Amino acid sequence: MSDSQATAAAAHGHGAYMEESPYAIPSRKLTMWLFIISDAVTFGAVLMAYGYLRVASSDWPTPFKFTPSILNVMIMTFVLITSSLTMLGAVDSAKLGDKAKTSRFLWSTVLLGAIFAGLHIREWLGMIGEGVRLFQNPWGSSLFGATFFCITGLHLLHVFCGIIAIIVVARKFANGSLTAGHVETTGLYWHFVDLVWMFVVPLIYLTNIQH
Amino acid sequence: MEETSVQPTHVHAPPQGFLWKHVFSLDHKVIGKQYYALALVAVFTGMFLSWLMRFHLVWPNTPIPGLQFLSKVGAPGGLITPEYYLSLLTMHGTLMVFFVLTNAPFAAFGNYFLPIQIGAEDMAFPRFNMMSFWTTFLAFLVLMLAFFIPDGPPISGWTAYAPLSAVGGDAGPGLAWGQNLWAISIAIFCAGSLLGALNFIATTIDLRAKGMTFMRMPICTWAWFITSCIALLAFAVLLPACILLILDRTAGTSFFIPSGLVVSDHLQPHSGGSPLLWQHLFWFFGHPEVYIAILPAAGIVSHILINSMRKPLLSAKVIIYSMMSIGFLSYMVWGHHMFLSGMNPASGLAFSFPTLTITIPATIITLIWIGSLYGANLRMDSASLFALGFISMFVTGGVSGFFLAQPSLDIYLHGTYFVVGHFHMVMGVAALFGVFAATYFWFGKMTGHMMNETLGKVHFWLTFIGTYCIFMPFHYLGLVGNIRRYSSFVNDFMGPLMPLHKFITIAALCTGAAQFIFLFNLVYSRFKGPKAPDNPWQGTTLEWTVPSPPPWNNFGDTHPIVYHDPYQYGVKGSKGDFIMQDSPEQATGGVAG
Repeated sequence: MSDSQATAAAAHGHGAYMEESPYAIPSRKLTMWLFIISDAVTFGAVLMAYGYLRVASSDWPTPFKFTPSILNVMIMTFVLITSSLTMLGAVDSAKLGDKAKTSRFLWSTVLLGAIFAGLHIREWLGMIGEGVRLFQNPWGSSLFGATFFCITGLHLLHVFCGIIAIIVVARKFANGSLTAGHVETTGLYWHFVDLVWMFVVPLIYLTNIQH
Repeated sequence: MEETSVQPTHVHAPPQGFLWKHVFSLDHKVIGKQYYALALVAVFTGMFLSWLMRFHLVWPNTPIPGLQFLSKVGAPGGLITPEYYLSLLTMHGTLMVFFVLTNAPFAAFGNYFLPIQIGAEDMAFPRFNMMSFWTTFLAFLVLMLAFFIPDGPPISGWTAYAPLSAVGGDAGPGLAWGQNLWAISIAIFCAGSLLGALNFIATTIDLRAKGMTFMRMPICTWAWFITSCIALLAFAVLLPACILLILDRTAGTSFFIPSGLVVSDHLQPHSGGSPLLWQHLFWFFGHPEVYIAILPAAGIVSHILINSMRKPLLSAKVIIYSMMSIGFLSYMVWGHHMFLSGMNPASGLAFSFPTLTITIPATIITLIWIGSLYGANLRMDSASLFALGFISMFVTGGVSGFFLAQPSLDIYLHGTYFVVGHFHMVMGVAALFGVFAATYFWFGKMTGHMMNETLGKVHFWLTFIGTYCIFMPFHYLGLVGNIRRYSSFVNDFMGPLMPLHKFITIAALCTGAAQFIFLFNLVYSRFKGPKAPDNPWQGTTLEWTVPSPPPWNNFGDTHPIVYHDPYQYGVKGSKGDFIMQDSPEQATGGVAG
């Protein structure tokens, strides 16, 4: 039994009675990975539906200008990637047992996530102001608005859930009722939300830039 | 996040009080029984609906007394309208596929026996487990609510094909709120099943007892494990599909509704969507769903047959690998449900090839069963009879699958009763035979009382013969062109087929009635059945090492240690011709596997 496996088995509580987990990680973390796989399939299905409808439409609009839309998305992307970095910092310092530093990193992640959500909502409101709805838009296929709001909405929902989760973990890690493992598992989720955004940006925004 | 505060492998405290012991229990065994009870309610409801449909098909002008109380609009004076026939069809399919074929073989028996068979005290996340059940239960209630709203359940079938399912009340009865309830119910069901699948996988990977390597897991444990992997990806697609459908219906989006659609003289305010997209999303879930129903049954049947014939299978490993390849291939064949849908014929051909390929692992599994049975001294009890019945149904339904896998034949057969016969045989009844086999086999372990064998055998023969009487003629009807989904053919060019339809209806009524023998046996044996010993079938796997019924923490204060492959039968052991998995003694006789 290698050291890392021993640690994982010990994390199980009664490792001596159990067969070693082949991945040498706690069930909680394994389940988060499984959830991420499942959730990736969900996003895959929605993005596939988007591609299918986009290809099938003859009047698909390409309304995004560099300013404000693409610039805004670049800033949002920068904010979200930065929040992944602060999450990494939180996971590292939680492993070292530095509660103050972990707390700072987690709350910065929350702040960056909130900035992302704020920018996103502002963009939504701007588009709604321009007349984009779930069922129509001024430029072409009605599905542009439907797919845009659904896919970015699904992502935004994940961001909100992530922010709430990080707040809970930040508070409970500070008072000692949650461990570094929980911080890491939450981090996995947060990085996944970040990764999904890397698919959403090119597919939803960059393919719809105004020529 | 709440769940993470519970140590995953740390078993919960012993339950106190009726409510926490039997209703909101964290115990995987109670949750398994709850799933079983839910499936039982659903299966009898679904069967009752099929009775109504069969009755209406052949006696469309004979009122069914009392039915007007179920739906004033759908069955005025007890006469079912053509639309209400479709409502019954939808509810029959939805109940059977989701709440019976997914719940009974997978969620019910998987919950009860997977943790015990791998030597665990409970599932990895007992609270998630309880949530899965109650989510599924909520989905059931929401679905059943459709019966009690004024315009009744939707008429769009269990597949809810768009645009019929997407445009709302204009398209027919039940397509306003009935269809909303359907979509909401299935979305909730998806969430519950995803939770369950996560839990099953984590449990199997992480909570195996010392010595329980992957290849020492019983075949049914493997089947539940592979099924959860399939479910994890399949329900993840149906969930967003249902949400998109709900948005189409309530928020005015047009994902599944094309431009210029006129329904009931009313131009629909939608444009640009694709009805085919719904079919792609639905069947990407729908085909794996077939294997979610059938693989657990196949695993259970293997498990039971090995025990009944007292020798290992020719190769348990090949069965497991075949199940894995079926699981993998099940994601590449969804288009074979859509040969008729207007999809590019080249895509049809591309889907036909993997569909025919998937028959190879299925055939390998069947041949291993039959080859192992050859020359075996089989113990003929109810459980093994139903296991043999499963193989029979699986082969019969599988052979008609060869026809349907080819677009040129399917284009003729797809809209006919041939398809109905095919999927009822291979998916519906076969999986139910697996559930019956499992019930007769494990009832003693689950309740502490043995089921009555005589009633079991009577139940088997009536069900087995009845099933063939119902579903074999369907193939013939389909070949001569009898269209499915029609509510009646009496005054039709298909009139000459009515005698056969009458025969099927009578067979369906009788076979359905025979199920009450099973229900009686279930209830009677639960209270009056003889006391079940710990190991009534001289089994080798871990569920036979614990008392019947097992205590709340399964193995008490001990931790089982596993020394053997699961099926050490036909050897000289200290207790007989078998050695249990947790017994350190070594086989002296010749042993395979």
